[in-house]
Amino acid sequence: MLRVIVRRLLQLVVTLIGLSALVFVWLRNLPGGPVEALLGERATPERRALLTKALGYDQPILVQYAKFMQRLLTGDFGNSIRSGDPVTEVIGRAFPATVELAAAAMIIAIGLGVPLGYLAARHRGRLLDNLSIGGTLLGISIPIFFLGYLLKDVFTQNMHWFPPSGRISTGVDNTDVTGFFVLDGLLTREFDATGDALWHLILPAITLATIPLAVIVRITRASVLDVLNEDYVRTAEAKGLRHKTIRGRHILRNGLLPVVTTIGLQTGALLSGAVLTERVYNWGGLGTLIYDSISGGRDYPVLQALILLAALVFVLVNLLVDLSYAFIDPRVRVR
Amino acid sequence: MSDPIIQPMVGPQRESVDPSSVTEKREGTLPRGIDRLGERKRARLEQLAQATADQGGVSLVRDALRRLRRNPTAMVGAGIVALFVLVAIFAPLLAPHDPAQRFDELTKNLTVDSIPGASSEFPLGSDPLGRDFLSRMIHGSRQTLFVGVLATLIGLILGVLVGALAGAFGGWVDNILMRFTDVMLALPALLLAISLVALASRSSQWTVIFAVAIVNVPIFARLLRGSMLAQRESDHVLAARALGVKRGAIVLRHMLPNAMTAVIVQATLTLSTAILEAASLSFLGLGDPDINRAEWGLMLGVDGQRYFEVRPELAYFPALAIIVVALGFTLLGEGMREAIDPKSRR
Amino acid sequence: MQASRLKTAVALAAVAALAVGASGCAKSDRDEDGGGDAKTGGTFVFAGAGDPKNFDPIFNDDGESFRPIRQMYDTLVQNKPGTAELQGALAESWEHDPEGKVWTFKLRKGVKFHDGTDFNAAAVCFNFDRWFNMKGAAAQSQMIYYSDVFGGFAKNEAEGVGDPVYNKCEAKDDGTAVVTMNQYKGAFPGAFALTALSIASPDALKKYDADAVKQNGDSFEYSAFANEHPVGTGPFKFVGWDKAKGEITLDRNPDYWGEKAKVDKLVIKIIKDENTRKQELRAGTVQGIDFPAPADRKALSGEGYQVLDRPAFNILYLGFNQKNPKLKDLKVRQAIAYALNRQQLVQTKGPGGTKVADEFMPDTVLGYAQDVQKYEYSVDKAKQLLKEAGAENLTLNFYYPTDVSRPYMPNPQEIFTVLANDLQAVGIKVNGVARPWNGGYKDDVQQFGKHDLHLLGWTGDYNDPGNFVGTFFGRGKVEFGDQAMTEMFEAIGKADSTVDEAGKKTAWEQVNRDIAAKWLPAVPVWHAPPAIVVTKDVKGLVASPLTDERFNTVSVG
Repeated sequence: MLRVIVRRLLQLVVTLIGLSALVFVWLRNLPGGPVEALLGERATPERRALLTKALGYDQPILVQYAKFMQRLLTGDFGNSIRSGDPVTEVIGRAFPATVELAAAAMIIAIGLGVPLGYLAARHRGRLLDNLSIGGTLLGISIPIFFLGYLLKDVFTQNMHWFPPSGRISTGVDNTDVTGFFVLDGLLTREFDATGDALWHLILPAITLATIPLAVIVRITRASVLDVLNEDYVRTAEAKGLRHKTIRGRHILRNGLLPVVTTIGLQTGALLSGAVLTERVYNWGGLGTLIYDSISGGRDYPVLQALILLAALVFVLVNLLVDLSYAFIDPRVRVR
Repeated sequence: MSDPIIQPMVGPQRESVDPSSVTEKREGTLPRGIDRLGERKRARLEQLAQATADQGGVSLVRDALRRLRRNPTAMVGAGIVALFVLVAIFAPLLAPHDPAQRFDELTKNLTVDSIPGASSEFPLGSDPLGRDFLSRMIHGSRQTLFVGVLATLIGLILGVLVGALAGAFGGWVDNILMRFTDVMLALPALLLAISLVALASRSSQWTVIFAVAIVNVPIFARLLRGSMLAQRESDHVLAARALGVKRGAIVLRHMLPNAMTAVIVQATLTLSTAILEAASLSFLGLGDPDINRAEWGLMLGVDGQRYFEVRPELAYFPALAIIVVALGFTLLGEGMREAIDPKSRR
Repeated sequence: MQASRLKTAVALAAVAALAVGASGCAKSDRDEDGGGDAKTGGTFVFAGAGDPKNFDPIFNDDGESFRPIRQMYDTLVQNKPGTAELQGALAESWEHDPEGKVWTFKLRKGVKFHDGTDFNAAAVCFNFDRWFNMKGAAAQSQMIYYSDVFGGFAKNEAEGVGDPVYNKCEAKDDGTAVVTMNQYKGAFPGAFALTALSIASPDALKKYDADAVKQNGDSFEYSAFANEHPVGTGPFKFVGWDKAKGEITLDRNPDYWGEKAKVDKLVIKIIKDENTRKQELRAGTVQGIDFPAPADRKALSGEGYQVLDRPAFNILYLGFNQKNPKLKDLKVRQAIAYALNRQQLVQTKGPGGTKVADEFMPDTVLGYAQDVQKYEYSVDKAKQLLKEAGAENLTLNFYYPTDVSRPYMPNPQEIFTVLANDLQAVGIKVNGVARPWNGGYKDDVQQFGKHDLHLLGWTGDYNDPGNFVGTFFGRGKVEFGDQAMTEMFEAIGKADSTVDEAGKKTAWEQVNRDIAAKWLPAVPVWHAPPAIVVTKDVKGLVASPLTDERFNTVSVG
């Protein structure tokens, strides 16, 4: 097991180096860029030349890349061109925001999706089943940003149940420990901050949860249906085992296997949704950061770091999924 | 956002199970690098690919069609799709006006904060530039179909090329191509599309189409390759080889046609996500920049968002149209997938 | 089975109850927090539209950075609230010699910086010298406004930046600063009111190493002064910028020399999306928002919010690239001017209060001529002129930006679509080319000149025709085809260097007349007033044409 992890991590390093070179060259060949964005309407040829020189873009790309790698090796990702803040700090702020949102969405999706999928399977062909199938179909057919707009309009503008945007109210004095506002409030015993952060979290999380919820319901349902027909379940039922035992030991244990993979897979899909959800709710997370760094002026250092981070997360989540597999199903041995 | 659709969505009629498909993969070669998240997608694609491999083409298709006709949800989907395509084809006949024309009657009372509503000549009122909204909705079907079909078709053609090359040659060609598609499968679809649009030097309708298409290439490539590999050992290919048919001919005449059934099923499902993805890009301001063009995603993502309070219909109608059509393609696609699934044949 | 389902239901209900409970207590806390006594005290929360860069005035050039900076710093002279006219600020009065080279400022007495040090002539000169002597390409490249006004530095880090306009600054006595220039520029004295040229505390500048703009790879790192310790003389003092929450907090400066702030605390909340700003205003979480969507203004004022229009101090124009030989023909350019139904564009797509532009500057600026040639919409005249020019089958590449909203151009795609329609109506074939604003649009138009027609504009910085017309047409620019329109450049140069006010006015009026009738390098489209919205109970906010709103006069409740 340990050897697998070490080997994976080594592969990761190689992948990241290759990716960094690709991204570095690619970004610098895009039309537009930081110089254009920083100067705005005020660009003159002289200013453009001065800024190009100041940013070092007048040097050969290989020299630029060498310098970038040199700094990277000392753990320095550079600074955001727009704000001048270290990239690690910029991403460090956005990352917990997205993780908090994604985690809340996944909790909703799993918390509702697995029971719903299970119930739908157990009541196959009946009203609950049909409703859940209809609902999931609608869930994957509705543009998520439109759903966000609708929810926001109804629940913040008409009902005033939730705040329209942001992560926490102005005036709520929260101490930033981990960057996860809900968690911070619990750690520092500022429960009003936790409450306020949760209150801000609910609507965006529901919006982001729609697609994973729909997918999890369907997977769970299908997978439970599969298991229900297995001999060992029939045997257990014939033996007269209690429902609870059958459900816990046989159906769920086996039925959840595909669900776990799906959850891993949905982390990627969640990032797609997060770009849209964060935009709708002015949520200062990675989605917003990615969008701002592209359309707000090609913030090269931030984009480079983000792409590397994305690669990193994929590999790590992947590894976790494998490990959890081994945990749930002893037949699978990670090699 | 294409991820959910290509999930293993086992339809309501499915009777039996094959839990081994997952475990088998696990015990085989183990995932390296970033590509692992695509695993489940891949497993599903290969299952679909295999489904079409073990039988001759004609009887399978006939069989599948029969099953499809007996599936009510699939028929609802087919109905929606048929209606959508008909409206798209006859849009110029159905639409009362030119969708790009600005009418004096409408611009007269048009301001940035008030958009004229319904009248007898313009049943759905005006759009933000004084054009007939109804005509734009009707023509929208055409452009939406165009974007969806083209994005799917380009993705399909490129994917089929990659997949066929990999499947036909195997070996290192297969290795390199599949590594590449695995990486792409692992990336979040919308993020990939955003990056591709940003990468393009000029934004146009084609940038959007290509961005959405590229996202789908690995899906089709995987699918086709899976089908090819499965067929390699199948009876009809072995027979052809024994008869001395050339390898190229086997691939073209025997393997490709069989694989296409699975590809068409996947394409139907992809149409729905392609339309949704194009709309998302528009919402982010990265879509088709030409607002003269009537396309539902563009109308929803741009005008619908900006004038939501002035005239919410500008958002509701295109949104509803997109939802219904996306639903239609999904229902039809899933029905088709079930119909060719060997497990439901038993 | 039954029992287990019940349990699931109970569990779900518990989760829901927890969530509702949490939201409930959050709400009640907020209500207690929000209430403040009327008139003075309390907190004013204002929604800005983007992140500031930093808080060192000289290194900034955008409105979102200037918004907080304005509250913390003062300039030597400032704009009278609600206008672009000048009045004394840190300098009570100012005068210049007949040549316009020596500027003497009589400074206000008893003013202190937030760190307790004295504001005096030495402090003024320290600031001027700091700017002039700034070292390093990184720092110089970020001093956009400085180089705009003063040209070069003591030692230029790049070629072509130009000779320095600034010569020296002397503190004659504590209350008199004399700034000597190498030449006169029309920008003076208006430019002294530029927020970028705010006076900062010399002590703090030194203590927090303000000049150290560190270059880190391909980006810049600003000093502790710029990020954490900005010190000026303004009505508010810096408290902090919580970037995770997107909030800048400022406290009232009880020792302010002018009208002391009415609120105790000012919070600038950054909300990039215009829709969300509006929704937050309605939710009562902010008391004011900047740049409401043009489409929302009417609804908001109908709901009882105060929608304050800023007098338009901007211009949107359609530019011609005369690299295209067809466009070199004045008749073709005039034909296009006649072909555009600008009146209809203003009515259908202009934010409330938008006016058709006939000149490249608003009519409140000195040198606006009342009698320039106007191009009233006329399809016939346009066709006639095209025919005369032999350009009936004209095809033009019309560049327009996407993914951007500027105060003078809230929605470029719509503007393009309408204008392109007009051009097609007179038989010009339009080939629309869209480029993202920060993804090559400005480069293509201003650096490479790939276009035939393009949309661009400007928001003025101070009340001077040179800031508008001079910026656009004062010299050859790729944007307009790099044409040697020598006559125009000379006329503008002469007008800009006229010191005497009456002469300056006449000279600029003539320039404006000639631009419209003889040169027509672009078609002015409109002046569109941006707005600012506050709740009913906010008083004392004066909308400024230069977006130069200072919140010390604002009271809440």
